Amino acid sequence: MKPTLLGATWLIARKDLKIEFRTRTAFLAVLVFAVLGVAIFYFAWDSTAVSAMDLAPGVLWVIFTFSGLLSLQRSFGVEQADRAMDGLLLSPIDREAIFLGKALANLVFVAGILLVTIPAVVVLYNLPFGWMLVVLFAIALLAAVGLVAVGTLFSAMAANTRLAELLLPMLSLPFFVPVVYGAAQATSTLLAGRPTAEAWPFLKLLIAFDLVFLFACTLAFPFTLEE
Amino acid sequence: MSSDKRPVFDWLFVVAVLSLIAAYVRAVYFTPIEALQGAAQKIYYVHVSAAISAYLALGVVALMSIVYLWLHEERADRLAESAGEVALVFLTVVLTTGPLWAKPIWGTWWTWDARLTLTLFLWFLTAGYLVMRGAVDDVAMRARYSAVLGILAALLIPFIHLSVYLFNTLHPKPILLKPDKPSMPSEMLITFFAMWGASTLLCIALIGARYRYGVDRDALRALQSDGGA
Repeated sequence: MKPTLLGATWLIARKDLKIEFRTRTAFLAVLVFAVLGVAIFYFAWDSTAVSAMDLAPGVLWVIFTFSGLLSLQRSFGVEQADRAMDGLLLSPIDREAIFLGKALANLVFVAGILLVTIPAVVVLYNLPFGWMLVVLFAIALLAAVGLVAVGTLFSAMAANTRLAELLLPMLSLPFFVPVVYGAAQATSTLLAGRPTAEAWPFLKLLIAFDLVFLFACTLAFPFTLEE
Repeated sequence: MSSDKRPVFDWLFVVAVLSLIAAYVRAVYFTPIEALQGAAQKIYYVHVSAAISAYLALGVVALMSIVYLWLHEERADRLAESAGEVALVFLTVVLTTGPLWAKPIWGTWWTWDARLTLTLFLWFLTAGYLVMRGAVDDVAMRARYSAVLGILAALLIPFIHLSVYLFNTLHPKPILLKPDKPSMPSEMLITFFAMWGASTLLCIALIGARYRYGVDRDALRALQSDGGA
């Protein structure tokens, strides 16, 4: 019996997450990279001239982008071994479901990284604890959806090119500009204690980006496969 | 084969280059110097006409990307490829002449104004597009990937523009924002139109030349793979 779109999406996501859970290599590597990045950034600024509070949003979102890229890299890389991708394509599920499942697994992966990175930034940069943390997670999740939608598609494309590791950042980074920009501005507005209404235009930008690119990339994905 | 019907001499390209030279001569020697900006204002003719040509070429890329996904027509992909390369050339002209003008007039090489930022990212996107084309060997796959990227990039443009727009309205820059362009006297306007026409001709001629090169290259590859088989 052919599974529904949602059912198939869940099957693909569960498969990817199971592989990741059993090996754990990529997650630990990206996690260490992210926290290391947060620490390194602190030394790149004169901490007497720029307060940690002003630095933190920039650091968080730059690290978010780069660790996101690292995690997206392997999304379709794992399907290259033993031509596992062919098996996926032969299975009786929609190609949109393959994309959505992959994207969902990537979203969980990136969310897991953020679950550690955000507290690391809060502790290392002495940000106020409390409800701010919840708000940061919410913004991060909004940003992650857009990042993962575009990144999953480009990961599928880059995996089939000769320059896979180089091409993914080159194609993705221009697309991450509105994501990083919206997330960073919303964060710094809220961290500075300004009213939530001021952060609303940036959140709207993030939501619009998520909707447009989740839809467009899901539709575009089947075109990137062999016909 | 189609190559037999080709004109021996690329008249369009010659006309484009000649009219460009004529427009340059007019701009340098026969157009009055602007009162406020001095000689620097003359960069305007090159800069703006190159920008319009770049947008024209990028429009062709986006349009041909849609046509390719729709009809799977090889010629659409080749035209998109040609227009992409020509767009990068014109964008590079825009991004080099811009700062040259901005330094004496604005007092800075670069500012993160909406148009400047958008042009910079168009350059990055076009460069990424061309690098990706070079990294895929399979012809049909390259065409599909390029078309997908071309369409997604077109979707991205309003978002980048909106980002910078929000940035500028919430954090206004004190001095460096672009003033409204003064209405031009007719001599300058004619020079601009001459330059614009020449630039458009050059853009079309270059895309055409690049397209014919693509035809030859693909024909040669087909012959080579036949010979190898």
